[in-house]
Amino acid sequence: MARSLSDRDIAPSHDGWYAPQRSSTVKLLSRLWRLKGSVIAGCLLLAIVAAAIFAPVVTPYDPLEANIMLRLRPPWWMDGSVPEHLLGTDQVGRDILTRIIYGGRVSLSIGSLAVLVSASFGIVLGLMAGYMGKVADAVISTLVNIMLTFPFVLLALAVIAVLGSGFSKLVIVLAITGWPLYTRIIRAETMALKEREFVVAARAVGMTHFRILTKHVLLNLVGTIVVIASLQVARMIILESFLSFLGLGVPPPTPTWGGMLGEGRLYMMHRWWLAAFPGMAIFATTLMINLVGDGLRDWLDPHLKL
Amino acid sequence: MRTYLVRTVGQLVIVILGISMITFFLLHLTGDPVVMLLPYDAGKEEMERFRVAMGFDQPLYIQYWRFLKGAVQGDFGRSLYMEQSAFLLVWERMPATLLLTVAGMVIAIGVAVPLGIISAVKRYSFIDNLCTIFAISGQAMPIFWLGIMLIIVFAVQLRMLPASGYGTWQHLVLPAITLGMFQAPITMRLVRSGMLEVLNQDYVRTARAKGLPENAVLLKHAFKNVCIPVITIVGLQFGQLLGGAIVTETVFAWPGVATKTVDAIRNQDFPVVQAGVFLLAIFIVSVNLLVDVIVGVIDPRIRVNS
Repeated sequence: MARSLSDRDIAPSHDGWYAPQRSSTVKLLSRLWRLKGSVIAGCLLLAIVAAAIFAPVVTPYDPLEANIMLRLRPPWWMDGSVPEHLLGTDQVGRDILTRIIYGGRVSLSIGSLAVLVSASFGIVLGLMAGYMGKVADAVISTLVNIMLTFPFVLLALAVIAVLGSGFSKLVIVLAITGWPLYTRIIRAETMALKEREFVVAARAVGMTHFRILTKHVLLNLVGTIVVIASLQVARMIILESFLSFLGLGVPPPTPTWGGMLGEGRLYMMHRWWLAAFPGMAIFATTLMINLVGDGLRDWLDPHLKL
Repeated sequence: MRTYLVRTVGQLVIVILGISMITFFLLHLTGDPVVMLLPYDAGKEEMERFRVAMGFDQPLYIQYWRFLKGAVQGDFGRSLYMEQSAFLLVWERMPATLLLTVAGMVIAIGVAVPLGIISAVKRYSFIDNLCTIFAISGQAMPIFWLGIMLIIVFAVQLRMLPASGYGTWQHLVLPAITLGMFQAPITMRLVRSGMLEVLNQDYVRTARAKGLPENAVLLKHAFKNVCIPVITIVGLQFGQLLGGAIVTETVFAWPGVATKTVDAIRNQDFPVVQAGVFLLAIFIVSVNLLVDVIVGVIDPRIRVNS
């Protein structure tokens, strides 16, 4: 039975019109519904992450176990395939799907760690440049401009030439290439926030600069940081894969998406699936991350009424 | 205009100094450059002799000064393997890199501009949605994988084009498409948002009101005004484009600066790495300068405001 609207259901909205007020759960659900693409992408991303974490449970095979009798088998729909190996096997008979699932561990953890390190470093420098201004700003901004001139890839290659490759070194290399972006954005936002009344008021009541920066400035930038960081994870994963593809990443036999792609390239004349599937894994993961990042931006943007 | 030029060139000098410092300190990142430059089995005496001969026993600022003096004259020392000037080894690869970069840019603009205009004019239509999907997936695409997939389809399966190499226009097609697809999505988004902004302006409404044909309105009145931001951003993204060229070169064994630099990294041939990194960075900075000047000439507001 239809219920007539009571006074409780009607409240003045911000622009003076009367509109039925919805419960917070309904609001939340309707906001989520508008971002359904990102929500679906988020679920798929969670599935990829979960598969990587619980890899030993997800797949019965060992990513390093070779079986020379079953080498270079095609995926399941092609002639000569073995049903147990869905996406086929590589040049020494290792299950490709298993190696892709395990490879996610390397890419995802290096990507997230690199973002964590570069974001922390970049945010601190950005806050300093934006809040302190003057000499600090001039020095940091010049450094950022110089760093941003280098293409991401070139800088990473140059640093790897000196440091060498390996898990922790890759994180450092990616972090070195990643921080200037945070610094530039955080600097600009801090400069704007610094002039706002609540910061001026905080200073007037004698709050220390450190507390103002952490409590008032940084907290207001959390949204921005989350959005950049999530999109950066995708960039880091692509860069890590490229370095592994060149053989400059985590050394074999540890499975990595880029490394598998690099090895698969040697067989691309007759065995296309060796290169195709690992690349698809990279593509799917970065696509999901970008979609989630876009969704987060819309979600956190107060100007977009969702 | 003169003060604008002086200021832009002044910034350029600072950035070049910064780049030279980064390139210089690359070798000192691990502590002792002698260890990096000599073979692993070099004896202690030999190392000391080499240290004195190369001037590594001098204070850092003297070493940097000598490096800078050399770099300005194109002298980065000799390649450790080829017994040739490191700079010349990289320099002779420059035409190939330039060719690939320009071809990639032409394809990117050729795809991005029409698509951007169409999707802005037919906003939220089926075509616009298709273009958005193209942009989102293009930005998540690892181009080294795209390159390999293009090779598998067009070179291996269809036998239409060569898989790698250099010389004829056929060799250029696949690398240029790969690089173009790297740059097209972001450029398309920029053209689209620029067009959307311009289409709401008064002069576009006036042009329509006075009965101009729609094509004339779109191309002469609207698009002309979108060109400035597009030129600026396409120019400023030149660094990223060159980053994409580095990746593309390695996939197609394109004999450019990047493949040479990557080979040098693999061989630990540091003079060549330094020369390559320096040359590419200077190249990017010069293009950025050129873009600044062009935009300053086209749009007087920029020279006054910046």
